[in-house]
Amino acid sequence: MGWACLEIDAAMSLLEIRDVSLAFGGVKALTGVSLAVEEGTVTSVIGPNGAGKTSLYNVISGFYRPQSGAVAFAGADITLVKANRRAALGMARTFQNIALFRGLTVLDNIKLGAHHYLKSGVLPAAWYIGSAAREEAQLRGKIERDIVDLLHLADFRDAPVSALSYGLQKRVELARALAMRPKLLMLDEPVAGMNREEKEDMARYILDVREEWGVTVLLIEHDMGMVMDLSDQIHVLNFGQKLSSGTPDQVRADPAVIEAYLGEG
Amino acid sequence: MNLFIEYSMVGIASGGMYALMALGFVLVFKGTGVFNFAQGELMMLGAYIFLSVNQLAGLHWSIALLATVLFALLTGVLIERTVLRALAGQPLLSIVMATVGLGLVLKGAAGLIWGQEQRTLPELVPRKPIFIGDILIPGAVFWSFVISMAVIAACLLYFRFTRGGVTMRAAASSQVNAYAVGINVPVISALTWGLAAAAGGFAGVLLAAINNLTPHLGDLALSVLAVLIVGGLDSLAGVIVGGLIIGWLQSMTGAYLGGQYREIMPFIVVLAVLLVRPHGLFGRKEIERI
Repeated sequence: MGWACLEIDAAMSLLEIRDVSLAFGGVKALTGVSLAVEEGTVTSVIGPNGAGKTSLYNVISGFYRPQSGAVAFAGADITLVKANRRAALGMARTFQNIALFRGLTVLDNIKLGAHHYLKSGVLPAAWYIGSAAREEAQLRGKIERDIVDLLHLADFRDAPVSALSYGLQKRVELARALAMRPKLLMLDEPVAGMNREEKEDMARYILDVREEWGVTVLLIEHDMGMVMDLSDQIHVLNFGQKLSSGTPDQVRADPAVIEAYLGEG
Repeated sequence: MNLFIEYSMVGIASGGMYALMALGFVLVFKGTGVFNFAQGELMMLGAYIFLSVNQLAGLHWSIALLATVLFALLTGVLIERTVLRALAGQPLLSIVMATVGLGLVLKGAAGLIWGQEQRTLPELVPRKPIFIGDILIPGAVFWSFVISMAVIAACLLYFRFTRGGVTMRAAASSQVNAYAVGINVPVISALTWGLAAAAGGFAGVLLAAINNLTPHLGDLALSVLAVLIVGGLDSLAGVIVGGLIIGWLQSMTGAYLGGQYREIMPFIVVLAVLLVRPHGLFGRKEIERI
């Protein structure tokens, strides 16, 4: 598999969630949620805390299996596909809490994102011979050129990730997700806990990535300013159900959304 | 002074063997978070496999050693597939107890298959003493030190620089995260067990070639607990340092306090280390001690 080119198909949504329900014992995390993410858009999922946003992400990336409903990605039903296989299909995500491989360097972390692109198995790679070494060198070159430079991480390449500031760690996580060359980039609160400058940087990187690579972005974020600025489409969840969908202006004007956020009266 | 140097050298050299024995424990703990009480029995099993291939089938020792390592690798993978996979998600204590049980089963099985009598392996390491200046180091001690260090160094390089090693470290560091970047975590943890078992089998052959072989060879492995605690359960570099410290200490104790204190001294040091650094000299902090 080479570095995947994006197939543009206007008629088909890149990601479709159909009537998904998920419960943990008696707790209903998601109830009959359906939504679609169109190719090439920035689509946001918002909602109050506990609305089921992260559960939805875990269903999409395969960590939770919904009790009912289906997930379709690029036209194929992937409801039963395992989490690690979904990465190879073109899904990448970042996590709400920073989820880097601590103790590994920035570059190692990013390179692991491209894990599924390397053809040589673990054993030849283990002995570091022949094609495995060549592949590794090519990969390193590509990552340095495209991702490290794009996200301005060159100065920190060989630093252990645990030594970096919070904002930089978030950026490394984004870089690792990009190294997967995803069709769909799923970001879970990418600017949580950042100061304004860091937030603006991150928003710019997200837009850059979409412009340059045509990656479709799915975003969970509490920072409404950022959500309204970046999104083409917004889905609102509340108590595990879909409350509203539409463009930023439509959602902002929806009485149901205002009520969910501000309470009644 | 000369005596001090001589005992130090011998002690440090014999610490190499401790480090090699501790390696298997560290690999499994680092990779999967489990303390494998059956590691000693995997060593014992390796030594018997070597014996069978070498003496009963009459093949050259190098072929026997290769066969042993391969067999141990498969055994490790098999254990992960059957025992560990079945217990996934259970409390850590249940998993660790399962490894205790596994150790007893292996020990019993070895007794049934090969008998309880003492066996002797061929001399793999030259016994001719090595002289450094006028300091004498027994050949077996010297060569097992060299071999141990080479094996551990190879592991260190593997984990630091190869993609397979980095993948293993990644899976050990965060499973969810590893799944998210497309790493097949179950395959990696099976491979980790295989690698640890192979290291154990190799250590077993070396140990049995220096001492003798009975089904109780594995009991010796628990004596490296001190090494693991001093070095930290999840640190390869710690294994080397811990092994050498304990080896040196035992030798010193034997020389100056008398042989009867040799076995006690490491554990006194362990107590001291636990008081100051509960996670070992090199280990990470959040280890759950058993």
